[in-house]
Amino acid sequence: MSPASLTTSASSAININPRKRSPSTSRTAAKLAQFFSTSPKAAGALSAAVQEQNSSRLSPSTLSLPTISLSTATADTISETSSKTTMLFSPPSAEQSRKLARQHAQFAPLSHPTHRYVSQHPKGVPVSDPVEDDPPYYYLLTTYISYLILIVFGHVRDFFGKIFREKNYKHLKEQNGYAPLNSDFDNFYVRRLKVRINDCFARPITGVPGRYITLLDRKSDDHNVSFKFTGTQTESLNMSSYNYLGFAQSEGPCADAVEETLRKYGSSSAGARSDAGSLDLHVDVEKLIANFVGKPASMIFSMGYATNATAFSAFVSKGCLVISDELNHASIRYGVRLSGAVISMFKHNDMKDLERLLREQIAAGQPRSHRPWKKILVVVEGLYSMEGTMCNLPELIALKKKYKFNLFVDEAHSIGALGPRGRGVCDYFGIDPSEVDILMGTLTKSFGANGGYIAAEKHIIEKLRSTHAGNVFGEAIAPGSLAQISVALRLISGDIVPGQGEERLQRLAFNSRYLRLGLKRLGFIIYGQDDSPIIPLLLYNPAKMPAFSHEMLKRKIAVVIVGYPATPLVTSRARFCVSAAHNKEDLDRLLEACDEIGDILQLKFSSGIAGGAYPLPSGVTQEMYEEMQKRDRKALIPPRWPLAEVIKRGVHDTQLPLR
Amino acid sequence: MDLADTMKAVNHTFQDVSYQFKRLPGSSILLRYIKNSYQNDPIRSIVELCLLLFAVRYLLAPRYSTKQKPVDLTEREIDELVEEWTPEPLVSPLTELEALEEERRPIITGPTGPKVKLLNSGRTVTNMASMNYYNLINNDLVKERAVQILRNYGVGACGPPNFYGTQDVHMDTEKEIARFLGVPAVIVYAQSFSTISSVIPAFSKRGDIIVADRACNFAIQRGIQISRSIIRWYNHNDMEDLERVLAQVQREQKRKPLTRRFIVTEGLFETTGTISDLPKLVELKLKYKYRLILDETHSFGILGRTGRGLTEHQNVDPSNVEMLVGSLAHTLCAGGGFCAGSNEVVEHQRISSGSYVFSAALPAMLSVAAAECLKLIEGNPDLLLTLRDYTKTMRSQLERSEHIIVTSAPENPRILFTVKGYEHDERVMAEVVDEALTAGVLISRAKKVADSSKEWQYGPEVVMVTPSVGHTKKDLEAAGSVIRKAVGKVMSRRK
Repeated sequence: MSPASLTTSASSAININPRKRSPSTSRTAAKLAQFFSTSPKAAGALSAAVQEQNSSRLSPSTLSLPTISLSTATADTISETSSKTTMLFSPPSAEQSRKLARQHAQFAPLSHPTHRYVSQHPKGVPVSDPVEDDPPYYYLLTTYISYLILIVFGHVRDFFGKIFREKNYKHLKEQNGYAPLNSDFDNFYVRRLKVRINDCFARPITGVPGRYITLLDRKSDDHNVSFKFTGTQTESLNMSSYNYLGFAQSEGPCADAVEETLRKYGSSSAGARSDAGSLDLHVDVEKLIANFVGKPASMIFSMGYATNATAFSAFVSKGCLVISDELNHASIRYGVRLSGAVISMFKHNDMKDLERLLREQIAAGQPRSHRPWKKILVVVEGLYSMEGTMCNLPELIALKKKYKFNLFVDEAHSIGALGPRGRGVCDYFGIDPSEVDILMGTLTKSFGANGGYIAAEKHIIEKLRSTHAGNVFGEAIAPGSLAQISVALRLISGDIVPGQGEERLQRLAFNSRYLRLGLKRLGFIIYGQDDSPIIPLLLYNPAKMPAFSHEMLKRKIAVVIVGYPATPLVTSRARFCVSAAHNKEDLDRLLEACDEIGDILQLKFSSGIAGGAYPLPSGVTQEMYEEMQKRDRKALIPPRWPLAEVIKRGVHDTQLPLR
Repeated sequence: MDLADTMKAVNHTFQDVSYQFKRLPGSSILLRYIKNSYQNDPIRSIVELCLLLFAVRYLLAPRYSTKQKPVDLTEREIDELVEEWTPEPLVSPLTELEALEEERRPIITGPTGPKVKLLNSGRTVTNMASMNYYNLINNDLVKERAVQILRNYGVGACGPPNFYGTQDVHMDTEKEIARFLGVPAVIVYAQSFSTISSVIPAFSKRGDIIVADRACNFAIQRGIQISRSIIRWYNHNDMEDLERVLAQVQREQKRKPLTRRFIVTEGLFETTGTISDLPKLVELKLKYKYRLILDETHSFGILGRTGRGLTEHQNVDPSNVEMLVGSLAHTLCAGGGFCAGSNEVVEHQRISSGSYVFSAALPAMLSVAAAECLKLIEGNPDLLLTLRDYTKTMRSQLERSEHIIVTSAPENPRILFTVKGYEHDERVMAEVVDEALTAGVLISRAKKVADSSKEWQYGPEVVMVTPSVGHTKKDLEAAGSVIRKAVGKVMSRRK
């Protein structure tokens, strides 16, 4: 009997036990067991995954070895004694290696046990805003000129186009009494600017968006107006999906639980939560989420965007004030506008501006009537998806105590991605979640499912059941997604496969810091806090957006580029979303690509104020260095490290405070 | 001596300045102009000089805000105001009815279906509250396909459609629905509820005109509200009133530039259960040059000979409906919504519709399950016939009670009824639901969310009864009798 089948039968025996006992034990225990007791095949996959994880830590090199069919042919004839001694090192069969390659395409093996880091804000240290570097004026100037040229060209082409190719503009003109669907002016940006880079957006994919992503190749014969599929596929490194903890997997404990749930419950619960769409699964996941984020109760919805879009009407109304960060997500703006409350905005993450606004508003009261505000709700995001910055939670809590407003934190990106236990910004800053009134988040990103949640005090959630439209009218979240969330949450907290959740969290934190430090050292302008898994690389010139995307695709790396109107006009950027599914080799591959492309596109223009500095000369301490910098600005040397040096020192320096 | 020196210095400076001035390009023209104008019209020169001085003063004046500054308060006074200010609690306490419904809220343990087991009581009851019309939830074929997709795609798409979230299965589902409906293009959203609220503002902007039915559902109301368009309401399903409104808008807008105009209505109304008169709507929209946004969330897969919705039911070509919004979560028992229309309409939404652009894509397995269910409905016309038969049976069961007024259309399998004499008492409806549940039949009532807009408080309070093809005729008869008795019981308590 081979060792693999031995462990399989052993683990399935263990897993089947609780199922047999279940009639006597409580219902919750049975339900818990249900997630464990998968089919023997699936249980085998689980134990194989665990085993593989252990072995990968011991010998990373064996896994990447190409398999030789000869060795598999002899595998069966090896005597039992020898197989016992070489249990971890026996070469995998062709079938196994295919399976392994598939697993690794979704979640990379950890290449070295030191590639971990605990994401946590150091206690007692005030939160400092990340320094934003500016490029030399030359790049700003050329950016403006580029847009000017694009706009002038666009208008010239429109001018002649409207005369000579009238039929191309038909959709912008009045047609037998109907006004055009797109106004000529609004459509200009899309028609003349966005179309040029259309091939960088909405690239269709197939399969799991894990460590690698499989793009369906397409080409355009009419300058990006329409696309044709070539029928081929490209497997590229995925730096674009919000797959922070690497739960986008089609195998493993999550997928096994989802399969079982799908078979038992079907694909939907057929209705809104408030009618008859509530299943026991919903209630269980709500409890799990509440426990996870550290609130007494929670509520789940089938879409993250809609969670926000209808949430604010349940909290605020006419006579209330909502103070919102200027870079808050569209769903928040949509929701707040629907609520009928007065909206004012403060500068991104600027706590002084927020305090000024609070004092002004509390003193002035409602406009015209000057009655005091009924409620003031401050809305911030935990982690900003375009900037990579975090909200300054300690300062917000201090202000909240002084000014008595209610605080709503949107943890769409931060839940799972930040904190030593992955429980979001509160966990990261070491703040008791009860200090925040409403914690909202999505289940799409870190947990690899879909939907959103709101967690708060019990009486608030009870009220929301009849006042939150998403609960009353929206369809309930699907059972399959619930199973995914449930197992993902329990993996993170270590209830299932202890150690795996922790590894995911720490790998994500390491990867984020490693890549950020590496890019800064290469000389790029990078925004955001050190521990944030969202890493925007600033490009500025509009033409560099498609160029960067194409060059990356040439190197089989899929990246997201973002420009106006999602960002301010000048600060176009590429955005990398780091995942626990990546390992150091993947990031080194990305660094190498960035290094080359940075030289081609002239992207290395950081001044050095935002980090990535060269190591200090011997005998100079950090304090002395800072003193020196204060005296003489020229002491700042723009970092342009050679790639080899970045990779060599990266792992060690990632563990230190980044400089 | 001093004086002479000073004079000399002044002279020198003066000469220097005038020399420099003459070197400036255009200075001679300026000088000639001033000389001439002074000689011709000294007063004009004075006025011009005053203007110049005023301009200088204006430019140098300190800037001030046009916003009215609140009363100037000292820091200490503000501190006191902050100290005094006490906000209201974030949410108000539960009302009596809310508390009752919170306590009794049905939670199903195990899968949902024609009969379900409830978590709180542990009892098995007949489920007439789910939109599981064709009982597709328990279809093994759909389950098998969903599992297959799970094993190839995982669960979530982990990104919005425009950032690597579009999977080939989404495109396949879009094509499948487009083929089924016979329209050029379809876009799939990740949630049915937010689809229409996002479609409306994607097209109708500030200054555009929306004419909408007064009984439109909550999602449509929100979409209209967020669009900031000019809104006109017409009485529910009253085509004469619609024409009156359209004519009125035409008069009002006569001299104004042409803007986009939309008629927004539903196929099967969520709140009243009635059916729109599509041929008349199309006639009017063509006459007055409006575009039609039709919400078929509750009619897609239900109405029409083969389930293609209201267009098929009333023999209207779907191309007459510019934006046809439907659901994959209701009849199809999967998840997500869609909007069908021309290529232009669909492509416009891909870049400007909020809940498509800013939300993660629909999980692959739900997308495929929807397509699979669609094929099942298409391939089994018996399903539709059975459901219609059941609807008829259930209606006649309910109509036997003297207290029950069925408000929904005969074609609507989601039967809505209200209680005679208590049309606007939600408490009565809640009690009926509760009584029926005690007797073993799970039904629900149409809930309303407290809302600032008055237009939406439309129609009577209703109880909803939804039969499924998974029930038997016996189930329906038993349920009918239970509901009649429940209503009778509630009524007798009131008297």
